[in-house]
Formats: sequence, structure tokens, C-alpha cells
Amino acid sequence: MTARWAAGVLMLVAPAACGDPSPAAHDRNVIGGDAGRGRAIVASGRYGCTACHSIPGIGGVAGIVGPPLDSFARQNFIAGQLPNTPAMLVRFLRDPPQLITRTGMPDVGLAPDEARDVAAYLYAAGGTP
Amino acid sequence: MNVADAAARFIPGHPRRRRAGSGKAAPAVAAAVIALSAGACDGPQSALDPAGPAAQVVDQLGWVMWSGIAVVLVLVSVTMLIPFFRPDVRGKRRLFLWGGGVVLPAVSLTALLVWSSGIGEEMRRPDAELSITVVGRMFWWEIQYEQPGSGVVVSANELHLPVGKTVEIRLRSEDVIHSFWIPSLAGKTDMVPGRENRMTIEASRPGVYRGQCAEFCGAQHALMALPVIAVAPTEFETWLGRQAQPARPPVLPFHQRGREAFVSAGCGECHAVRGVIAGGRDPGPDLTHVGSRLALAAGTLDGGVGNLAAWIASAQHLKPGNAMPSFDRLDGPTLRAMADWLESLE
Repeated sequence: MTARWAAGVLMLVAPAACGDPSPAAHDRNVIGGDAGRGRAIVASGRYGCTACHSIPGIGGVAGIVGPPLDSFARQNFIAGQLPNTPAMLVRFLRDPPQLITRTGMPDVGLAPDEARDVAAYLYAAGGTP
Repeated sequence: MNVADAAARFIPGHPRRRRAGSGKAAPAVAAAVIALSAGACDGPQSALDPAGPAAQVVDQLGWVMWSGIAVVLVLVSVTMLIPFFRPDVRGKRRLFLWGGGVVLPAVSLTALLVWSSGIGEEMRRPDAELSITVVGRMFWWEIQYEQPGSGVVVSANELHLPVGKTVEIRLRSEDVIHSFWIPSLAGKTDMVPGRENRMTIEASRPGVYRGQCAEFCGAQHALMALPVIAVAPTEFETWLGRQAQPARPPVLPFHQRGREAFVSAGCGECHAVRGVIAGGRDPGPDLTHVGSRLALAAGTLDGGVGNLAAWIASAQHLKPGNAMPSFDRLDGPTLRAMADWLESLE
């Protein structure tokens, strides 16, 4: 009798564990990165970020040379090839051709702390991961 | 204060008439406006922050007229309001009519006329020590520095000036009417096709200023800015000597690749890089020392390799209607090589 009750309860509860609508949260925490400073770096135009990309939260010119970064935080890949993790993103920003030889994105000369800040901003503004 | 009270102030004999002392807010508001606007005057492109003698004169004239007009406004307003608040005051009519209506304007306007005619001369000094030709084009600036004894140094989109020296600027245009305007240094002078206009300009302190085309010239008139860099005369001479040199041969193989791509992509049809290619039939900005410039495309983008690559690949998207097409079929490494090589041309 108890077994049947237990089975019945399990059958009612179990489906809730399947098809969980919220996806697993990606790691989007850049250690040592300040999204506010990152936004200032991107918005300044010094490195040409918005000249090639459309970046959320930054007004003015939105470039079309590279892909839009509006939902960057949700993407699995950086530039279609690299796993989208904080560490990989910071490395990529600092020297894209070193990781992807055929990329059109140059090494713009971001300092290590600037790369961390920009990475933090791209995750913060690039949609819900 | 409600509408009835406000109306009461202006109707003589009204039972709810207030005394004129309720205007206490006005001085506080005026003070706030003046305090707020005082901080709004400076900047690299401000006629209210003069950095040269000509701009100084314009600024002075402006303030004198502004103050004079303010005084006249206050006088007229007060005189107009007196009958409302003191209806029993009988002014001396003749004094007001002849004094205020004829003598006062005659004296003040004559003084202003004499003074403003005199200071206009200070804006144009015939004794220039250096001559620079600026040619307006849609939508960029060609700049030719005369080096005494060694011809002309051609550059583009960035004007360097020696501090404290009078410079004669010769202004021409090859297409439509443009206008040369650096608010911090001087007033506007048009660049008219078919004639050469001349003006003198002088920067009295070092700094980076910003000029802008001031005559509508087409689709990208709004993106035709001109960074102006004023430095000490010795620094200016050193800089000019470097600009006169042709482009240094590339050292890195990557730069060599970029230089070859520049030539094979046909960039030399429009752009000269002295020492590499002469530039051609359809003149575009001289790029011999483009890596040393603060901005690209007449102030549209900052300098740097990222902005260079973006400009090469999508010029028409960033400045639609300008004369340069987008080179959007280059592969990634070639685009980067070109941008890197151009950035190395200091």
C-alpha cells in the first residue's frame, strides 16, 4: 500500500524535474573586471570597438564589420570557435589573431586590466546568460 | 501666486494689488543662470574660450555688446513698468523722449561703431611668418605647409600650428563651398571654388583645438571636423621636418604584407604614401604619416589600428556618401596587415 502511494507521489513530482525551462547558468563572472570602467573604455572610441561592432548600451555609430554583440552573454562560442568563458574572452580581447589566425579583429592594444573590464561589460550588457 | 494675484499686480487700483517687492526670486534665478553657464564656456571648440588674438577680439566684442544690450533691456523694462507700479509718477516727458530716445542711442551706438571698426583691424595681421594652404574637399581637408626653401609638405585632416606665430592660411576648394572655422582661434572664412581666400590665424597657447566645416557642403558636412594642434615653435619645426620625410620602409613582414596589399587593392588610385605610391587621379587624404594623427576621416573616428581596420572595411557605413568605398572583401589577415602597416606610418 505504502509502495503504491510512494509510486503515485513520485509520478506526480518527477515530471517537474524534466524539461527545466531555465537553462544552466553560464559562468559570466570576470574576476577583477569592472563593467562600469569597461563601458567607458568601449564608449570612448579609442580602440574602435563600436566602429566594427554593434554593442548594447552604447549610442552613436554601430559597426557592421564584426558581429553584433547584443546577446553575447548567451552565446556558446566566441567568434564561432572559442568556448565563451571569462578567461577565454579576456585572452581573446588581448590578442585575437593569436587564438584565431584568420580573424579580422586586430590586437588593438588593450592592457590586461582594460581587457578584464571590457569583458565584464560585454557580459553585463550582452543579454541574460 | 495664482492668476488672480498676477493680474492684480498689473491693474492699477485693484483691491488685491501687491507691492512691487515680491520680485525676490529674480536675482536668485539670474545668479543661478550665470553660475551654471560660466562652466559651459570652455572646451576645444569654444568661441567663448579664446586661445588666439582674433578669437579674443571676437569674444571681447561679444561680451561688450551682450552687456550693453542687457543694460538697455533692464532700463527699458524698468521704464516700461514704472507706470504700473507708480501711476502717480509724472516723468519729465521731454527728458525721456529726447534724452532716452535720441541722445542716449546716438552716443552709445556711435561709440560702439567706432570701437568695433577699430578692433576689426586686429583680426587681420599682414605680417605672417608661415603660410599654410588648406583645400576643402567633400568631406576632408587637404593641408599644404610651405617649408621655406624646400617646397611644400602635403598632409591631411589635422592642422599643426606654432604657438605665438602669425600664420597665413590660404583657403581654396576643389568642389563646393566649404568654410574654415576654428572657434577657439578665429572666425569663419569661406573656401570658395575658383578663388583663394586668405586669413591670418595665431594660437596664443598650446593645446588641441577642434575646427569644423561651417558651410553646408553635402551629405557628410556634419562629419568634417579638423583637429588643430598648437605646439611650441621648435616642436613644430621638428614635426614638420618629420612630415616632410617619405614613409619608412616596413621592418616587420606583417607590415610588408600590409604595404603590398595597400598597393594591390588599388588604394594608390586615391591615396598618396610618399615613398610607396604617388597617389592618383582622384585625390584622397595623403597617408604618408597617417599613423601619427589623432583622428581619421576628418574627425569621424579616433586613430589606432582598430578604427583604421573599421574604416577600410566599412567607410560607406561609417560615413555614407563620402568618396571612399568600403573595402569589404578583404580577408581578415590582409585587413589587419593593412591597418597595422598604416598605423606604423608615424
